Amino acid sequence: MSDQVTERSERDTDAVPAARPDVPLTQGIAVAHHESTGTDPWAGDKVFEIDGLSVAYGGKTAVKDVGLDIFRNEVTAMIGPSGCGKSTLLRCLNRMNDLVPSAEVTGTALYHGQDLYGPDVDPVEVRKRIGMVFQKPNPFPKSIYDNIAFGPRVLGVKGDMDEIVERALRRGALWDEVKDRLKDNAYGMSGGQQQRLCIARCLAVDPDVILMDEPCSALDPISTGKIEDLMQELKERYSIVIVTHNMQQAARVSDKTAFLIVELDSTEKNRWGQLVEYDQTEKIFTNPADERTEAYVTGKVG
Amino acid sequence: MSDPIRSAERTRLATAGARSVTEATVLGGQPTRDVLKGRVFFAFLLLMVGLALLGLAALIVDAVIDGSSRLDTSLITESTSRISPETAGYANAILGTVYLIGAVILMVVPLGVGAALYLEEYADRDRWWNRVVEVNVQNLAAVPSIVYGILGLAFIVRGPIDLGFILFAGAITLSLLVLPTVIIAGREAIRAVPPSIREGSLALGATKWQTIRRQVLPAAIPGIATGVILAVSRAAGETAPLLLVGATTFVTFNPTVFGDNGYTALPVLIFNNAKQAQPEFQVLAAAGIVLMLVVILVMNSFAIWLRNRYEQRW
Repeated sequence: MSDQVTERSERDTDAVPAARPDVPLTQGIAVAHHESTGTDPWAGDKVFEIDGLSVAYGGKTAVKDVGLDIFRNEVTAMIGPSGCGKSTLLRCLNRMNDLVPSAEVTGTALYHGQDLYGPDVDPVEVRKRIGMVFQKPNPFPKSIYDNIAFGPRVLGVKGDMDEIVERALRRGALWDEVKDRLKDNAYGMSGGQQQRLCIARCLAVDPDVILMDEPCSALDPISTGKIEDLMQELKERYSIVIVTHNMQQAARVSDKTAFLIVELDSTEKNRWGQLVEYDQTEKIFTNPADERTEAYVTGKVG
Repeated sequence: MSDPIRSAERTRLATAGARSVTEATVLGGQPTRDVLKGRVFFAFLLLMVGLALLGLAALIVDAVIDGSSRLDTSLITESTSRISPETAGYANAILGTVYLIGAVILMVVPLGVGAALYLEEYADRDRWWNRVVEVNVQNLAAVPSIVYGILGLAFIVRGPIDLGFILFAGAITLSLLVLPTVIIAGREAIRAVPPSIREGSLALGATKWQTIRRQVLPAAIPGIATGVILAVSRAAGETAPLLLVGATTFVTFNPTVFGDNGYTALPVLIFNNAKQAQPEFQVLAAAGIVLMLVVILVMNSFAIWLRNRYEQRW
């Protein structure tokens, strides 16, 4: 494990992600694998600036008036009870909500200062730069190799595919486990390996941000630990937003935490998610400003 | 009360008693009448399956016995003959069926898969015209084949398209007949690809078309192929619509796809042979039935093999 880590850090010394924040979302970027060295010129920037964001499905509000900023090279966690809209919020960030015809997003969500929901923005271009890992591992019914190569192939990445696949698998901390069976079907892997494959698959197109929707909820504690370790390595290079049910996980992996709750109107018929508090993870878990946050993180409710 | 042995004994008796009561009421308590009813129903179901299989077996055995004297290679190498039915075969009819099936596959696969993809992946179900298409496809699958024959005669052989009594007109008619089945089977196969696969692909920045072309379709192809083969093997066995669109009775030469001097197909020729008065033709018809059954059995077995071989378990 340890020699693997050194090998990785030798390979890509802080290469700038190919997804360039300075290229507008209306314009296609050529995804290519640079091996360029140097510091990330956008480090510490705000990746997302969300303000007054509401999402409704078929006229029913699911998330109301959320505002928060997400920073580069950090892990940002979203916690809260079921139905508080944390997954909905996450899916706004790479426009996966577009797949639901009745979904309606209002408010602003800026990605490096560009409106994600601007009139000329191509959702495909958004998703090239903002990758996603889902709750249940969803490898394609293909070989391990083809799972990784799919993204670069559809995006028309030039270069040695074997090398791209190896690099993605190394970054996903999976190379040593699968290097001898790259041609095997991905469905033969364990659940934890499948999920790391999905992360590696996402890394293969070298995105800027990785959204994770409860990535460990279907996994055992050992696999969960591996993915949490991986997230710590990945945040050096990517920005990560994770939705989780598991408060310990949020406390372990994240730099900042957003806490959402389910709000009911006076008739108790309509319910929606709302942001209660967003701060440094340490503060949320030790000294939250809102008593509802305190009740939740100490296990009194939820 | 203070005696530990007595108290242990009492506990043991109490548990044993409690258990026996539970067993009597829960496990042994099912009324025998219900058990009997269940058995009678099971026997009834078995009887129904047996009757169905018996009917089928009787047909096959009867056909094999009647046609046994003609079950040799001349059955597939010789053509129809009015003069010598004892040596005549089905060669030209087999060729006709092969041409028909080939043309049906060429037409029905792009049309059926395209329609299925549109309905599953693109159609907005809130729009009334998409619902109309959907309901119509379901209904068309249940329309009797003779109706397609009349349609073919009125619109394809004559009428606006006016192809005449050629094999290709028969192929179009059969394609229309099996198209709804192919669309329904195709939709099932496409729907069986889980949404998580589409999401995974889209989240990587693939376009909708790339996702369909490189993830959904490859995963659905075994299911689509199975549906196509089953539908086409139904087309291969159809007689009624072909009789209307010009599959004539006695043609002694090999057919061509666009030629207008007549064609025939396996089921049509069997039908025709069975109508003849001479006993030799009856034997020939029985042998033809066996041949037809073998062809359909082989096609369906291939479909089942294909399904089992490439079935994706999610």
